Amino acid sequence: MKDLIGIKELSRAQIEEILNTAKAFKEVLQRDIKKVPTLRGKTAINLFFEPSTRTRTSFELAEKRLSLDVLNFSVPTSAVVKGETLYDTLKTIEAYNVDYIVIRHSSSGAAKFIADHTEASVINAGDGINEHPTQALLDAFSILEIKGRIDGLKIAIVGDILHSRVARSNYYLLSKFDTEIRFVGPPTFLPSHPPENVKVYYRLRDGIKDADVIIMLRIQLERQKSGFIPSLKEYYHFWGLKKEDLSFVRDDAILMHPGPMNRGVEVSTEVVNDPRAIILKQVTNGIATRMAVIYLLRRS
Amino acid sequence: MIIKIYNAYMIDPFTAKEGKVDLTIEEGIIREVKFKERRTAPSLKSQILQIDAEGLYLFPGFIDMHAHLREPGYEYKETIHTATLAAVKGGFTTVCCMANTNPVNDNPEVTYYILAKAKDEGSCEVLPVGAITKGLKGEELSEMALLKEAGCVAFSDDGMPVMNSLVMKRALQYAKAINAPIISHCEDINLTEEGVMNEGKLSFYLGLKGIPAASEEIMVMRDIILCKYYRSPIHIAHVSLKSSLEIIKRAKQEGIMVTAETCPHYFTLTEKAIGNYDTSAKVNPPLRNEEDKEAIKIGLKEGVIDVIATDHAPHHEDEKNVPFEEAANGISGLETAVSLSLNLYHEGVLTLRQLVEKFTLNPARILNINRQGIKEGAEADLILVDVNKDWIVDKNKFASKGKNTPFHGWKLKGKVLMTIRGKNIFDMREE
Repeated sequence: MKDLIGIKELSRAQIEEILNTAKAFKEVLQRDIKKVPTLRGKTAINLFFEPSTRTRTSFELAEKRLSLDVLNFSVPTSAVVKGETLYDTLKTIEAYNVDYIVIRHSSSGAAKFIADHTEASVINAGDGINEHPTQALLDAFSILEIKGRIDGLKIAIVGDILHSRVARSNYYLLSKFDTEIRFVGPPTFLPSHPPENVKVYYRLRDGIKDADVIIMLRIQLERQKSGFIPSLKEYYHFWGLKKEDLSFVRDDAILMHPGPMNRGVEVSTEVVNDPRAIILKQVTNGIATRMAVIYLLRRS
Repeated sequence: MIIKIYNAYMIDPFTAKEGKVDLTIEEGIIREVKFKERRTAPSLKSQILQIDAEGLYLFPGFIDMHAHLREPGYEYKETIHTATLAAVKGGFTTVCCMANTNPVNDNPEVTYYILAKAKDEGSCEVLPVGAITKGLKGEELSEMALLKEAGCVAFSDDGMPVMNSLVMKRALQYAKAINAPIISHCEDINLTEEGVMNEGKLSFYLGLKGIPAASEEIMVMRDIILCKYYRSPIHIAHVSLKSSLEIIKRAKQEGIMVTAETCPHYFTLTEKAIGNYDTSAKVNPPLRNEEDKEAIKIGLKEGVIDVIATDHAPHHEDEKNVPFEEAANGISGLETAVSLSLNLYHEGVLTLRQLVEKFTLNPARILNINRQGIKEGAEADLILVDVNKDWIVDKNKFASKGKNTPFHGWKLKGKVLMTIRGKNIFDMREE
């Protein structure tokens, strides 16, 4: 495999291979010396067209732990200021002779576009509303770590499914296992034509009932301005996961969030502090998972 | 110069005549249309161009009532020179050009410019479509009567819908007085939002924002209601949906003065053509579902759709070689439209007569333009077609500057071999 563009292109076996490899890297990360010489002499570039701190930092750390030389290339773009085309940016970077390109871009399909035009290995760190595959892999890794399995689980994804690349990648990954997938949120945040294997819930408590895993999505604050929801307050009241809802959550369930969180919008502080929440564990697992992805590209 | 075409099978909806003919054209004028029973051997006189058209069809030159020629303002995409060459290669001798140029064709100066350019550099007749509103902004009516006087044959804000119903109402009322149809691009841009493809399971799968069918349907409905109230004809551009057709069909049954067109991509492709973010299949309205595609064919067969137009929308390579969401909408269609439409004949959807009408008689009627057809004394305006010739689409051989086609590499059946317009002969037999 040359690139990781999306989960939808992966087989279950490929996903399992990544998760197994991530497990090995997690052990490395618990050692005193956390760096392995595996990819010494190779170069990775983090090409970010959207502001990101967490994902970029997580990739950077993963790359450094693998002994890659790392470049960061941030191109803040806006609709008003049109700079060089994506194609030209890519060709410039190719001229640096890099081995891995990690890309985040606001257009769906941008990672595929880059991969089609370069010899380097491309890893999608989020393209528009399409996919964020490493997030889904680290979520799966975290679920596996705690639950010991993915098959047979009921997973509720709560929030702005329509505009969420995290939701899409998670949906594709979970669809490759024997799972029950639920989309929970206000209708304006749900796809008008949901996939057949998804159960749709408009009421939070119905959606999280008996769920083994609850994934809360970040609500982009500008969605309120564009009219998808009347107010953040109302959203919190009906779809935010709050203290009162916790009694409806299974005792052995896990609560996840890709970060960064909006306390008082999609989650309350009590939920974040609940022992069932594994939000920081997800962050730690992100590094091992991303190491596994980089390590496996061009190998298998 | 004398041209003699022998043994062609002529179908001419304008004169309502059909049959095997020998045709003589002298200095661009049709001198003789001789109907006959048998095959004639071409004579051996050398000073005349002789064409043995045995097995070929002779039709009046086709009319494309919906194209974007991009001049003035976007000459890097296309010019009147290149677009009209593409037109005659594709079998069109008349092309209507939409108003979304820069400057917009919302004042007579632009209309004069287009007509002058077409006269100097064009290979076919160009009929400008004036803007309904100034700057295509949907706010104030353009000087429609002056535009008509300058040579515009119809009015459209194509590319941009007229969102304000009051403005559309006034445009319809005004158009009636000057005897020029309104061509409506039916799209509710609020519903379209930031959509880039048909909304449905596939848009969710690809992670692309969807354009709901309601966006087109609602405006088709609104325009028909206005048309009914104010008894002023309206022509619905590029119909892409089964549900729009149902609305148009009902309106026609009620006797409302509505006509409609579709484009070859809507009866040839579905949203699946986008595949893995193929920007050449990005078009507005977007490609729809199998069900819609089949309904469009039935609509053509039943006459709910009167016209096949190209919506020729050439773009520069740089505008398509970008991520899907950022790519320009449109397909370069002049050089593939007739062959793609002939497929409807091969599939048994349309008779040749019906097909020819949708490219000739029907657009001429809607646009109120006079066409004599293939008859003695008329200026030659005709095409010679081999409906069975197999050929492979090669975008690099397009006369159009726009190489943006999802049909590159497709094997098509049926090709225009020759286009004759007055003294000009465009011979594609060797291509």
